[in-house]
Amino acid sequence: MTKKATVRVGDRVFSTTTVVAGAVILATLAAVAIFLVIQSIPALVAGEGELPNDSANFWQYVGPLVFGTVWAAFLALLFATPLSIGIALFISHYAPRRVSQTLGYIIDLLAAVPSVVFGLWGIVVLAPLVQPLYQWLGDNLGWIPLFAGPISGTGRTILTAAMVLAVMVIPIMTAICREVFLQAPRLHEEAALALGATKWEMIRMSVLPFARSGIVSAVMLGLGRALGETFAVAMVLSPAFIVKFALLQAQNPNTIAANIALQFPEATGLSVNALVASGLVLFVVTLLVNVLARWIISRRAAFSGADA
Amino acid sequence: MTTTAPEAEAAAVGGAPGIHSPHVPLTGGTLPRGTTWMVLAGGWLFAGAFFGLLWAAGITTTFSLVGTVFFGTVLFDLVLYVISRIVEGARRAKDRLVTSLVSTAFVIALLPLVSLIWTVVLGGMARLDVAFFTQSMRNVVGEGGGALHAIIGTLLITLAAAVISVPIGLLTSIYLVEYGRGPFARAITFLVDVMTGIPSIVAGLFVFALFALIAGPAVRNGFMGAVALSVLMIPVVVRSSEEILRLVPNELREASYALGVPKWLTILKIVLPTSLAGIVTGVMLAIARVIGETAPLLLVTGFTFSMNYNLFDDRMMTLPVFVYTQYTQAAGVSAQASIDRAWTAALTLIVIMLVLNLAGRLIAKIFAPKRGL
Amino acid sequence: MSKSIDVTDLNVWYSDFLAVEGVNMHIEPRSVTAFIGPSGCGKSTFLRTLNRMHEVIPGARVGGQVLLDGDDLYGTGVDPVAVRRQIGMVFQRPNPFPTMSIRDNVLAGVKLNNKRIAKSDADDLVERSLRGANLWNEVKDRLAKPGAGLSGGQQQRLCIARAIAVSPQVLLMDEPCSALDPISTYAIEELIAKLKTEYTIVIVTHNMQQASRVSDKTAFFNIAGTGKPGKLIEYGETATMFTTPREQATEDYVSGRFG
Repeated sequence: MTKKATVRVGDRVFSTTTVVAGAVILATLAAVAIFLVIQSIPALVAGEGELPNDSANFWQYVGPLVFGTVWAAFLALLFATPLSIGIALFISHYAPRRVSQTLGYIIDLLAAVPSVVFGLWGIVVLAPLVQPLYQWLGDNLGWIPLFAGPISGTGRTILTAAMVLAVMVIPIMTAICREVFLQAPRLHEEAALALGATKWEMIRMSVLPFARSGIVSAVMLGLGRALGETFAVAMVLSPAFIVKFALLQAQNPNTIAANIALQFPEATGLSVNALVASGLVLFVVTLLVNVLARWIISRRAAFSGADA
Repeated sequence: MTTTAPEAEAAAVGGAPGIHSPHVPLTGGTLPRGTTWMVLAGGWLFAGAFFGLLWAAGITTTFSLVGTVFFGTVLFDLVLYVISRIVEGARRAKDRLVTSLVSTAFVIALLPLVSLIWTVVLGGMARLDVAFFTQSMRNVVGEGGGALHAIIGTLLITLAAAVISVPIGLLTSIYLVEYGRGPFARAITFLVDVMTGIPSIVAGLFVFALFALIAGPAVRNGFMGAVALSVLMIPVVVRSSEEILRLVPNELREASYALGVPKWLTILKIVLPTSLAGIVTGVMLAIARVIGETAPLLLVTGFTFSMNYNLFDDRMMTLPVFVYTQYTQAAGVSAQASIDRAWTAALTLIVIMLVLNLAGRLIAKIFAPKRGL
Repeated sequence: MSKSIDVTDLNVWYSDFLAVEGVNMHIEPRSVTAFIGPSGCGKSTFLRTLNRMHEVIPGARVGGQVLLDGDDLYGTGVDPVAVRRQIGMVFQRPNPFPTMSIRDNVLAGVKLNNKRIAKSDADDLVERSLRGANLWNEVKDRLAKPGAGLSGGQQQRLCIARAIAVSPQVLLMDEPCSALDPISTYAIEELIAKLKTEYTIVIVTHNMQQASRVSDKTAFFNIAGTGKPGKLIEYGETATMFTTPREQATEDYVSGRFG
């Protein structure tokens, strides 16, 4: 029973190839980090007068952009989270079973729309649509700082951009929530119903607690997408270099990604480095959100009763 | 059909508490069927009347359909809850409220979708002609011209990205499912997750930084765009292939080993063919995901007005970038022509993505290997 | 086309857990040996060490010796893949390859190893193997149909045909009938009686009556408690094992006092 040399070679070659493929992924991510850092360094160490927007140092330059990115993403999630949970619940528990798969596909259609098209829609349809609403809010509730005037005449504000972002992340969040809701054990659902619970009470008792970590991961995933989204914001927002919370005005804080998209084609010299450096900041932020999301899920998995 | 709350009736019928259990009727205390729809219709009518009045009185310039639907639905939610609360009790009322809220959420999600499709189809009709699909923008000022150069560019770049991503992604997923144990495999899984979260513009910046070092910061070409898209595509291919490979029952692998077939041949001839349909679907969905990416392409592939068939030589136009530049550079007399082109390109892009999505799902359904029992 | 098996002092570990301890047995060529015992006693684990299939599970290893007609299966330089070409296996649940036709399934052992075979030889082999598995008459008109389209019993006979197509010396069967209905079970048992004229067969079964029907010798495995290793308690002629066994535990098991 001697060794067949040819067979061993085949196994060795094949398994090595797969390992190499895995190593390529490792190398790619390392390369992303390294090359971004290399191109960022000139901007990180730059001083007074060298950076765009008269920033004294890099952090002054990127600060308002980070604010804009986080603020826009936060607003988007504020809209998207309850809607996604509601839609996912509707599809998993309220719609008739035969129809629910089709409904899921319809929501997934939203995910198939490229972001430029969302940008176009935002400028052409949404902004004019909400502008009268903004006007009304500013006229009647303008004493609330969020709604302070002067109101943008075109409706192209950060609130509008946040709405477009919300529509873009809803399909992803809904898909995850839907899956988790469908996985709620039928046993627990039937136990609740057998106790005389109404449908909502049954969901509250048996489905939502089970789905908690899934919902969190959906939110984090949506957050990651919203932070990095470029064109929905770049086309809809009318940008300025400031930090403020007002939602309805013509001058809005910009996001990192949109800023890069707008400035990069024309940028030269140190401005390019500054843009790359801001991209590095975005990379780090989305990385942290991702890692945090995984950590939350792994912590909660033990308590979610998933192994029940 | 009674309208008294169950508690009141029970108190009226039962004697001293504790001696007989109170008679809780099985019927009673419910709203008549069809109440929901009646209240919904009523809400819309009322809101419609309100906005109609505003229009008639000249306070608003047009009759706001969106306002009607929106406020009518909110009114419906509130009124139904109140009525139900009175007639059926708090628990039932809350249940109805949740049902109506959840249904409303679904409808709200549909509104942008419908609006979007409507707008794109309407706007895109203008340039849905042969010229659009057969000409580029070379030497075109104002009217006319087409997006052929963009379509070719998108096809070439996406194809190149697939050629790079699919082998790497598939082999990595094979490693994770068939071979990987221990820290290296765990690291790869973690990094693939990280990669799924890279914003597309960061991928573009990375490719720019990489090539800036090799060939200088002014270089732009289609190949760089393909590399950037690969960074986005690889994790999607890995994840979906991994899922499909794990679905192949272990018994098939064992049957093959027991026949004396070595591991690599088992993978190539049993595992992969069994999961082929799922893998193809995953690849198509991955392609659909990157075909609409604008940001990295704008950064490293740039844009141009002429045809370019060479991935390695100079700028190329792609559909998403075409949409963006046509719209944002629309100015002057021929602004509308630019805008029309942008919409038609947007329509083309959406149709391509829909076809890819549908084809992917169909392939999965039709070509899944027949299971016996 | 059959060889004897000699097992000396075999231990099986899963990482640090000792699953089977100290097995000694000799299996005659052209005989049917049945392994019986309660759930979790290690009989399937032990069976898999006979064709080195336990190595598919990471962390599994053996100590001791297994000889096939004097050749050490675990000697240095021995390729497990070569071992499995001499010792075939049939599993609990029928597992024909779903992407292949009936014909290709039978030929799988040959084709998958990239061996060239002339079409006429291939046709002969398919017919011989299917006849050998008592399946030829039922499928001869639909050899091109998918293997997964047959009934459970037919699928299992297809797997047997697939296993014997590579001309093994020994055929290992891990509870081959537990997923089948009684009629298919009877068909397989008849097949085993026919196959034993050509192959050495070892069959693990949960069903004592089946063991007494088909086997020449029976080995009874037992386990002292959860977490303890499985052991070979008694091994002897089937008739003796079921009527006058030596060990009390064997007597208790075959008379149904536990199991």
